[in-house]
Amino acid sequence: MQRIGVFVCHCGSNIAATVDVARVAEMSLMEPGVVHAEDYQYMCSEAGQAKIAEAVKEKGLTGIVVCSCSPRMHETTFRNAAERAGINPYMVEIANIREHCSWIHKDREEATKKAVILARAAIAKVNLNAPLRPGESRVTKRALVIGGGIAGIQTALDIADAGYEVDIVEKTPSIGGRMSQLDKTFPTLDCSACILTPKMVEAAAHEKVKIYTYSEVEQVSGFVGDFTVDIRKKARSIDMDKCTGCGVCSEKCPAKKNPSEFNRGLGNRSAVYTPFAQAIPNVPVIDRENCIKFKTGKCGVCSKVCQAGAIDYEQQDEIVTEKYGAIVVATGFDTIKLDDFDEYAYNQSKDVITSLELERVMNAAGPTNGHLERLSDGKAPKNMVFIQCVGSRDVTCRGKEYCSKICCMYTAKHAMLIRDKYPDVNVTVFYIDVRTPGKNFDEFYRRAVEEYGVNYVKGQVGKVAPQPSGQLLVQGVDLLDNKQILMEADMVVLATAIEPEAGVRRIATMLTASIDTNNFLTEAHPKLRPVESPTAGVFLSGVCQGPKDIPETVAQAGAAAVKAIGLLAKNKLLTNPCTAKSDELLCNGCSACANVCPYGAISYEDKEVNDHGIREVRRIAAVNNALCQGCGACTVTCPSGAMDLQGFSNRQIIAEVDAICR
Amino acid sequence: MSFGKSQAEQIREISGVNPYKCMKCGKCSASCPSFTDMDIKPHQFVSYVQNDDAEALVNSKSLWKCLSCFACVERCPRDVKPGRLIDGARQVVVRQRGADYLTPEEIPERLDPELPQQLLVSAFRRYRR
Amino acid sequence: MSIEAKTEFKPKIVAFCCNWCSYAGADLAGSSRLGYPADVKIIRVPCSCRVNPMFILRAFEKGADGVILCGCHPGDCHYSTGNYYARRRMTLLFSMLDYLGVEQGRTRVEWVSAAEGMKFSATMNEFVEKIYSLGENVRLGDLRCRN
Repeated sequence: MQRIGVFVCHCGSNIAATVDVARVAEMSLMEPGVVHAEDYQYMCSEAGQAKIAEAVKEKGLTGIVVCSCSPRMHETTFRNAAERAGINPYMVEIANIREHCSWIHKDREEATKKAVILARAAIAKVNLNAPLRPGESRVTKRALVIGGGIAGIQTALDIADAGYEVDIVEKTPSIGGRMSQLDKTFPTLDCSACILTPKMVEAAAHEKVKIYTYSEVEQVSGFVGDFTVDIRKKARSIDMDKCTGCGVCSEKCPAKKNPSEFNRGLGNRSAVYTPFAQAIPNVPVIDRENCIKFKTGKCGVCSKVCQAGAIDYEQQDEIVTEKYGAIVVATGFDTIKLDDFDEYAYNQSKDVITSLELERVMNAAGPTNGHLERLSDGKAPKNMVFIQCVGSRDVTCRGKEYCSKICCMYTAKHAMLIRDKYPDVNVTVFYIDVRTPGKNFDEFYRRAVEEYGVNYVKGQVGKVAPQPSGQLLVQGVDLLDNKQILMEADMVVLATAIEPEAGVRRIATMLTASIDTNNFLTEAHPKLRPVESPTAGVFLSGVCQGPKDIPETVAQAGAAAVKAIGLLAKNKLLTNPCTAKSDELLCNGCSACANVCPYGAISYEDKEVNDHGIREVRRIAAVNNALCQGCGACTVTCPSGAMDLQGFSNRQIIAEVDAICR
Repeated sequence: MSFGKSQAEQIREISGVNPYKCMKCGKCSASCPSFTDMDIKPHQFVSYVQNDDAEALVNSKSLWKCLSCFACVERCPRDVKPGRLIDGARQVVVRQRGADYLTPEEIPERLDPELPQQLLVSAFRRYRR
Repeated sequence: MSIEAKTEFKPKIVAFCCNWCSYAGADLAGSSRLGYPADVKIIRVPCSCRVNPMFILRAFEKGADGVILCGCHPGDCHYSTGNYYARRRMTLLFSMLDYLGVEQGRTRVEWVSAAEGMKFSATMNEFVEKIYSLGENVRLGDLRCRN
């Protein structure tokens, strides 16, 4: 039998005004197991907690019931008080007689009766409490960052600067991500590559950072603090240790007509290629699907011209297995496909392009060497039309419901840059709203309108019709003037919706990280925990969590790094002690529990069991205390009643039910 | 005349359109081939119904200039279906006259002589969809 | 209504509330001083999926007149899938109870989020009213538990 102390809090007048606290204490003394009961003004105060300590010492208490406010407020306070007083912190139960009693009932007698019943239930529960101990699990002090764009690079740098080893896994041949494809960035109009490449170099040079490019995460097992990850290093067909980055192979490669992914298909690259000039690592990759040697067995020019002898046609994919304590997802985004938006003639005309394609056109290293020209005939445009919200804010099945956030700003940027460089080009922007909430953002957009003369028209475009003359007829509407606009344009730029990078669903599944219907990874709490996944040990950085621009991405990347560092800094992790536990004598290894566990916390082991004298090896369930979050789904599913939840056991809950219904 | 329900409400009910879904982007007007001939424009239909001001809509020329091509329905990003509102408004007009059909003689007054019998066309389109 | 009504009928109602959403919703109802009858007593569970049908049967056996299970909205479960299991179990259990004579009105499942204090209070008020109209529960009751 326990020796239980009951402490009834007045909470000033919050409880005492409606509930006869003295009576609650008095009635509690009549319950089995209770050896001490008192009421006090403020149990959560120093003095209140001291009373608990005193009673524990004097009366040899083994269990505590505090009748007070909600356990969501002070359960931790009283658990700590109990621990300081010398008893196990899990021998404490709270009866909520404030939020669930004094604050909602008016009649003193009724409220007091209810408080007595609630106290009774808590006492009945504590009688069956066991002194639980949190488990410990180890922490591997290494972090994995999936994705090598600005988000991944920044997170990796921050973690590495704190002294921990970080690996970046990037699926394309070079780190850099979308930011490497941009020309200038808003609102400062910095050259994107100029601000990105120093970070790329820093990451490559950092002694704590290891970069795997042209690699993908293949498999993840384990749990927070102790992940085991298989990384597939795809075969580059180039020996990275020998390659000097001279580029002769790409130059001499005869297979030159492959659409360049980096240039969004607007230009070509060789079969052996480096995606862009500042690529890190500066080692090319052979695109085996389009390489003449791999397709026909003939050629081999690159191998002949390579001075370093780095070409290796026999190279195979390699699987590397590493252990990590924390994983950060930074997989980024891509623009949506415009196949369902025929009204804009994107697939019909080369002169209708997306904004990301415009970035490549305007970039000095792009397919037109930075010269603004029509992609169909190379002529300079005189009239440009920008169409906003293509595929964004669209509830039909064609587009995405959300606002892609970056388009209003980047269109203002494009419009301004074009007007600045080519003052004789007319630029018209058709918009629904202009969303420029960041620091200096609205001022930036107003400059585009007021200083640079960009024509912003409130209204949308219904159709873009390619004409035989080669021009594009744009039919839009001006809602303020209430007129339809029919104008000729030489180029039309579509501010296309963005969506998370393809393949993110596969990664989310591997990590059991929550993902929403738009394929954005879900955060643990949308306001208060934006960089953590609900899955312990997994953190989110960049657009994979939601559309955002570069300043926000860098901020979030730092936040994710800090959370990861907070985890890695621990030498061991304390696991939640209120976990499921299987009675090995009752368990028959049926696997019903494992099937309902959302965390994959239950596995099976063959264990020798001594069942009342019968010794045999049985397949029984084993719960991983580091993974188990204590939901209890397994306990109800278990057909033999072997599975129970510590802290909320079957007997405890039934005792509470009995106390209430008595 | 309206038996307790406002005309706007009747139009909403008949057409099944929820005008609050409109985000006032103007794509409907941008896609409308009859825009220039209308007095009340497509993007305004929704607004008028939302503000319960169906009177002007029901008496407008636009009702009869609409071709029921449903480009606005096809392209609206919020699934508002403004073209259906016109059908609804036409129904309200026709019901006001006490009959639920128009005789062939009555139609030509409201019609642009070059356009086909719109009610017929719109009815066909409605059943087809 | 029993003929020799010694005392006025005061129903006993047990509410199982999940720690993350509905218990927090009940707390919010409390902070907002949104009242409901004192006949409702809340038992905290980590997730609605923790509630074993045996607990509910036990409640009725020991004299409860109504049992309500509150959890997170589908899709918002703190443990991702718990409330789906609870939903399925309770659907089956309640129709079985109905067959045994414990009317459907005596049992209920309600999804209440941590922000829905008003909904919690309104639900409890409705439920208690329903139980009053159904009267004392005599089915499944262990006669030894009656005084």
